[in-house]
Amino acid sequence: MNTKENKKNIIDVHNLTAGYQDFLILEDVSFSVQKGEIFIILGGSGCGKSTLLKILTGLLEPINGDVLINDKDIYNCHENVKKSILKNIGVMFQSGALFGSMNLLENIKLPLITHTSLDQEAMNLIAYMKLSLVGLKDSAMFMPDQISGGMRKRAAIARAMALDPEIIFLDEPSAGLDPVTAAQLDQLIINLAENLGITFIMVTHELESIFDTGQRVIMLDKETKGIIAEGNPHDLKNHKENKKVFTFFNRLAD
Amino acid sequence: MKNKKLRISISDNLSEVIFFFQGKLDADGVSKTWIKAKQLIQKNLSKNISFDFSELSTMDSAGATLILHLENIVSKQSSRNNSITFINIDSNHEQTLKLCRSNFTESKNLIIKKKQDDFITSTGRQTSALFDEFSAAVSFTGEIVSAIIRTLLKPASFRWKEFFLIFEKAGIDALFIVALISFILGLVMAFQAAMPMRMFGAEIYVANLIGLSVTRELGPLMTAIVLAGRSSSAFAAEIGTMKINEEVDALLTMGIDPVYFLALPRIIATAIITPLLVLFADLVGIIGGAFVLLSLDHPLSAYYAQVVSQVTYIDFAGGLLKAFVFGILIAATGCFKGLRTQSGPSGVGVATTQAVVNSIIIIALADAVFSILFYIFNI
Repeated sequence: MNTKENKKNIIDVHNLTAGYQDFLILEDVSFSVQKGEIFIILGGSGCGKSTLLKILTGLLEPINGDVLINDKDIYNCHENVKKSILKNIGVMFQSGALFGSMNLLENIKLPLITHTSLDQEAMNLIAYMKLSLVGLKDSAMFMPDQISGGMRKRAAIARAMALDPEIIFLDEPSAGLDPVTAAQLDQLIINLAENLGITFIMVTHELESIFDTGQRVIMLDKETKGIIAEGNPHDLKNHKENKKVFTFFNRLAD
Repeated sequence: MKNKKLRISISDNLSEVIFFFQGKLDADGVSKTWIKAKQLIQKNLSKNISFDFSELSTMDSAGATLILHLENIVSKQSSRNNSITFINIDSNHEQTLKLCRSNFTESKNLIIKKKQDDFITSTGRQTSALFDEFSAAVSFTGEIVSAIIRTLLKPASFRWKEFFLIFEKAGIDALFIVALISFILGLVMAFQAAMPMRMFGAEIYVANLIGLSVTRELGPLMTAIVLAGRSSSAFAAEIGTMKINEEVDALLTMGIDPVYFLALPRIIATAIITPLLVLFADLVGIIGGAFVLLSLDHPLSAYYAQVVSQVTYIDFAGGLLKAFVFGILIAATGCFKGLRTQSGPSGVGVATTQAVVNSIIIIALADAVFSILFYIFNI
């Protein structure tokens, strides 16, 4: 919860190769994410963004390479160590993945019930606080199917924040949202990163979101199966050396 | 003391009490100290209260919640309109508290309990829902009749490919389970009947019993129940999922009638396959009975002669007619429930369950109606 410590690497990915069966999607990919930054993984469809996110969140074992979170390798450690590392991350899935049989408050309380032995009163207060942080305090009793797509995504961020994780992964947070809601969500991410010191790792290809929120991006490429650009998105917009990067950041047809 | 588990100690005198927070004020620490901290605060409401954070290493949102909750107790319950003084708080903890304070609300003010309906309101709602369901069922029946007429007028437009696929899934794929149940049913019934009938030397009449009961009643009924569990649920789940995914709406916007497109092939395929399955079930059920009589040293020819002498073509035809109607009812119930699937996570599950339960109830009712009709027409 406390903010702005030294810029230390919170995630290190070394020589990562990943894919499904014989089909390689990423080959020999390496990058690092610094504590407290908003880091964006982008690229065209099928370039391996979601695969990379699955690997970083412990859902898909890579074929080769190391994934270190806080200097601990999440795929080469004891199951209990992995669990404790994963407790320190939150994930917002593209659809929100809120549990439909629970209202928003119960959705936020679920990680607290599972991982802490807090008093019910304390859990209610914390869950309300998280909902309030994302602007959903008055919707706590609503079921997920009674709220809009943007609200569902914000509620999913609140659930991802329930245990005060150091890192939150967001899969296409502004996909399918209207521009105003998308901008509000971007602002929320910036506020949470600034005020709570949370590291955000976002997978997206919404250019406006990338320019508004991204401090550093990596761009993946389907053909080379690796990173073709890395840096600040505003700098990459003028990156004329690589045609793919230039066309992507300037939203040009091939 | 920093980086250790949370410990709360106090130093007090007559007019002032200081709470020392030492270690980690995180979810773990808060869970162990929540009640104790509240009790300590309530005991000292009459004094000036200070919180000393000099030995505090970490404060997360759970920790901030505890502090804010205690602060709230003091400001609400203290007779002197007291507030807490924070001592030695570092900037990080102060910032965390500030952010949490701006989003902190006591949940008691916010939890809104849903108003429960009284008996009359809930009865009214249920009755209205029942009428709605009935009117929708009548409308659905009309739509099916209209779709059948349309198919008869223009058979080429019927979805034959879908029809044969359902024919295979609902019929051929169900052969094994229908055979198993019918065989066991014939076997068990023959065995149960043979023992008491043996006392009267009437064992051979077990063949008559099996022949009649399987062809007229049990064959169609058991096959229908298997199909209700297997096919009606599958139809409800398939169409329900399509409804949730807005595929049914897509059909409507393209000017395609979902009843004609989705329900009709399923209903016609099931109506045709059910009598065929029943014919198979009758045969296997009678074979099951034969096994018992063979084991009791009666020749197969005697068993066959008894069955043939007792069971007429009318009995067979009656059973097959029942099966045809059961098939229509089972498929129509599944499709109807699928098309009425409500949105939400449990929508498809509820529709599937209702499809099976309603199919079985409708089969039982239809069977009763058939029994009365057969009696009236002396079949």
